[in-house]
Amino acid sequence: MKKKILMRGNDAVAEAVIRAGCRHYYGYPITPQNEIPEYLAQKFPELGGTFVQAESEIAAACMVLGSSAAGVRTMTSTSSPGMTLKLEAISYMSGARLPCVIVNVMRGGPGLGNIAGSQSDYFQATKGGAHGDYQSIVLAPENVQEFADQTMLAFDLSDKYRVVAMVLGDGYLGQMSEPVVLPDPVQSVPKKPWALTGKKGRDQQVLASLRLLPDALGNHNIDLQNLYAEITKAEVRFDSYMTEDADYLIVAYGTCARVSRTAIKALRNSGIKVGLFRPITLWPFPSAQIGELAKKVKKILTIEMCMGQMVQDVRLSVGCKTEVDLYGVAGGVIPDVDKIVERIKSYE
Amino acid sequence: MSNKIYEFPKSIKKDVIPHYCGGCAHGVVHKLIGQVMDELGIQGDVILAAPVGCAVFAYRYLDIDGLESPHGRAGAVATGLKRAHPDKIVMTYQGDGDLLAIGASETLHAANRGEGIVTFFVNNAIYGMTGGQMAPTTMPGQVSSTTPFGRKVEDAGYPMKGCELLNTLERPYYIERCSTHDVKHILKTKAAIKKAFEYQKENKGYCLVEILGICTTNWGMGAVESTEWLIKEMLPYFPLKVFRDKGVRTDA
Amino acid sequence: MHKEMIIAGFGGQGVLVAGKIACIAAMTEGKHVSHIPSYGAEMRGGTAHCGVVISDEPVSSPVVVNPDICMVFSTPSLNKFEPRLKKGGILIYNTSLIKEKPKRDDIVAIAIDANDISLKHGSKNGMNMAMLGALVKKVPEIAKLDSLKAALDEGMTERNKKHNPTNATIMTDAYNLIS
Repeated sequence: MKKKILMRGNDAVAEAVIRAGCRHYYGYPITPQNEIPEYLAQKFPELGGTFVQAESEIAAACMVLGSSAAGVRTMTSTSSPGMTLKLEAISYMSGARLPCVIVNVMRGGPGLGNIAGSQSDYFQATKGGAHGDYQSIVLAPENVQEFADQTMLAFDLSDKYRVVAMVLGDGYLGQMSEPVVLPDPVQSVPKKPWALTGKKGRDQQVLASLRLLPDALGNHNIDLQNLYAEITKAEVRFDSYMTEDADYLIVAYGTCARVSRTAIKALRNSGIKVGLFRPITLWPFPSAQIGELAKKVKKILTIEMCMGQMVQDVRLSVGCKTEVDLYGVAGGVIPDVDKIVERIKSYE
Repeated sequence: MSNKIYEFPKSIKKDVIPHYCGGCAHGVVHKLIGQVMDELGIQGDVILAAPVGCAVFAYRYLDIDGLESPHGRAGAVATGLKRAHPDKIVMTYQGDGDLLAIGASETLHAANRGEGIVTFFVNNAIYGMTGGQMAPTTMPGQVSSTTPFGRKVEDAGYPMKGCELLNTLERPYYIERCSTHDVKHILKTKAAIKKAFEYQKENKGYCLVEILGICTTNWGMGAVESTEWLIKEMLPYFPLKVFRDKGVRTDA
Repeated sequence: MHKEMIIAGFGGQGVLVAGKIACIAAMTEGKHVSHIPSYGAEMRGGTAHCGVVISDEPVSSPVVVNPDICMVFSTPSLNKFEPRLKKGGILIYNTSLIKEKPKRDDIVAIAIDANDISLKHGSKNGMNMAMLGALVKKVPEIAKLDSLKAALDEGMTERNKKHNPTNATIMTDAYNLIS
């Protein structure tokens, strides 16, 4: 068995970036994710990597765009207010089919909000955020181990489909230390024949989102939608806990899922059968799986560290099959186990 | 025996009709860039970070690898390209709004880091693509669609001088302002473009060539009148000179 | 077993390192652990604290609001965290620097002259190690003294590893001094 080490979430992400074969990082300081750039600034020189502290979040994301077009594995990390500024480049990259990884260590909003953990960027991450019909793959870790593992997975998925892949953590996952078994380094990174290298020995290559003619842009969008349908078919990921015999179902991701497990144990000790469904991909969202479970339970409780964003996807997945309730907390508060227990008991 | 005195540059696509207006400076500048790439044999090594603005389709006319940038971000996009391909020549081609308004931060910081890129900056004192709005380089009193009574400096400030601004930084290697208002100056522009590309080949660092040009359509004047306006209004404010050339030994 | 702990003091007193060493020691004994520092604006102004959870079950929330155990290195930290301690909780406080007495009578307060113990072994910086020694003596469920000493190998930076033998001695001494 490989050795477990105690590691801070942000540090584990940075180490996973290195192990994913990524040697290009562009970023801008923002709490609570600063340990990611700091770790890479320390390690990249000896690995021959490129670390640039950009003049802005906007520029950092555009540097990612440029290096992605050059064909290398590239990434940036940020936290919520910075994510808003990166959206411009994400829309362009989505339109030009440029892969990259973005880690968002979410903090509370709106505006400057605060630096505590939050989940209030769900809409921004999964419903676009920037302009145009596009989707990013969105992975949601619930512990430091998954934060590292999903960072590596994000590079693979991003390269496989040529889409932006985002790892949506939160301030708590970024700042907390937990035992982690670091993933093995990749042996090679994918070749990208579409990359820009100068046209020597071949025809000109252009990477752009611009399609001036309506038909051309329309067809481009249809191609993108087909790609998104393919991803939805192949890449939905989720986890379930004690759902087989559950009368009530909690749907929660990330930090909220951890707390939910503790509440479920307490509820089961008092004879109430509750299960947890945890989306791991927030996009593509595991709608079908939630829809199936909805047929078997009396009520669903969605728990989020925001005022209710994922709950909308849960309700769409459930339709009229059963009632969907929300327990949302904001401002950097972690949902309280006792309150979850109390809420579920109130359904009896 | 006959001597070939002119050849269409092979770095420019012969079969594509550009969308630029009659009299526009972009066509001239494209041709100069194409000629220089031919002369230096670098066509296969150049990657373009295109702007948003009239030259958004520059990669349709220049037969080189091309990448779209979000508006104003070519300096950052080129940074990413160059850092991943240190052995290639990375160029940006930007207008005044792209380079000095929305992209001012990216421009200044790419120059300040001394990125190994060359920027060709076409200054025609107006937003062309969007239909003639005020640019950061629009002249005092100049009428545009968003300064219908002329640019008021007490409201919009004075036109920004890109070369002078960048010349305050330590890292840029070469900064020159040129113009396209007559043949003599077009040839000087070509020499500047060539020098900038040569410096890129030698990996000397950040180069910027600003090129003044006319915009007949949005200035609402004919080509002759526009040229006269450029000479009369723009040249005194935007002096043509080499601001910085670290490749010239001054101690000789 | 499930213990939630807050370790608090001035910046530079080794608050975060103490939490990390305790976590590593418990982790090597197969327990579930989490450690989260105060960060950002919260860590400016000279005080630092971290929340540590050590449990037989997977840790749900890493954030500690009302701890079972409080280790305070300085007077402001005592004032801030004593009120938050659970009823019947354990307060370990550094009497080398804290001249006030804890106010509550519904908690177990353990006084330790941690700086003096450290200085006795020739170290100006081993106060946090003395606190840890006292901790595992009073709350043996967290980790054995040997695990704590072994955790120094993984938990200390390369630069500070040379102090590990001294730090282990300080831990042991504090452990033995606490009844």
